[in-house]
Amino acid sequence: MHIHLTDQPIDVAAVLASVQDDGAGAVNTFIGTVRNQSTGRRVVRLDYEAYDAMAIKQMRRVAEQAQEKWPMLRQVAVTHRKGRLEIGDVAVVVAVSTPHRADSFAACQYIIDTIKQVVPIWKKEEYEDGSVWVAAHP
Amino acid sequence: MKLKIALFGIAKEIVGSSSLDLDTPDAQSVAGLITQLRTRYPALNELTSFAVAVNSDYAADDYQLQERDEVALIPPVSGG
Repeated sequence: MHIHLTDQPIDVAAVLASVQDDGAGAVNTFIGTVRNQSTGRRVVRLDYEAYDAMAIKQMRRVAEQAQEKWPMLRQVAVTHRKGRLEIGDVAVVVAVSTPHRADSFAACQYIIDTIKQVVPIWKKEEYEDGSVWVAAHP
Repeated sequence: MKLKIALFGIAKEIVGSSSLDLDTPDAQSVAGLITQLRTRYPALNELTSFAVAVNSDYAADDYQLQERDEVALIPPVSGG
């Protein structure tokens, strides 16, 4: 299991390499990137803040839950970025390897969906005329 | 007892600091702490939700806080 939180650009190839496994016939990857608009406003950059110790602990727990749900999982890697990100930057990479492809799609989706619900990382969208902490208010 | 509460994101902006030193009753539950914070910082009531973490895990409402606990306020997360 490879779990990382970093303030440096994510090396996607390195994350992919970390899930290489001779028993796997499938590697599935999700790459989350910074989009240039949100609810109709032009986004100029994002600032990610993390509660580091808890974020790493919770990412690890999500990966462990995935291993319980998909016991055939061979390798799991999650790397999340923090700090200031520009449009197009990679914010998160999830990669899994499994013997067959169907499980890799399902496990990868479960991991990214659950990370978005439980991991204490906060995204502030910066616009040309202000900024908003995403999801903070109804 | 005295609790030191770590603050992040919108909660940090509402309180105006990245941590808060709070005097609480010696027998204070997570639910009681949430009520105390909502009263002191009414802007917290406008949030979609917020949780309390103790020692890097989400804490149940009935958990009894200890002075040595590492406590954090967790506003709605938005990673990914």
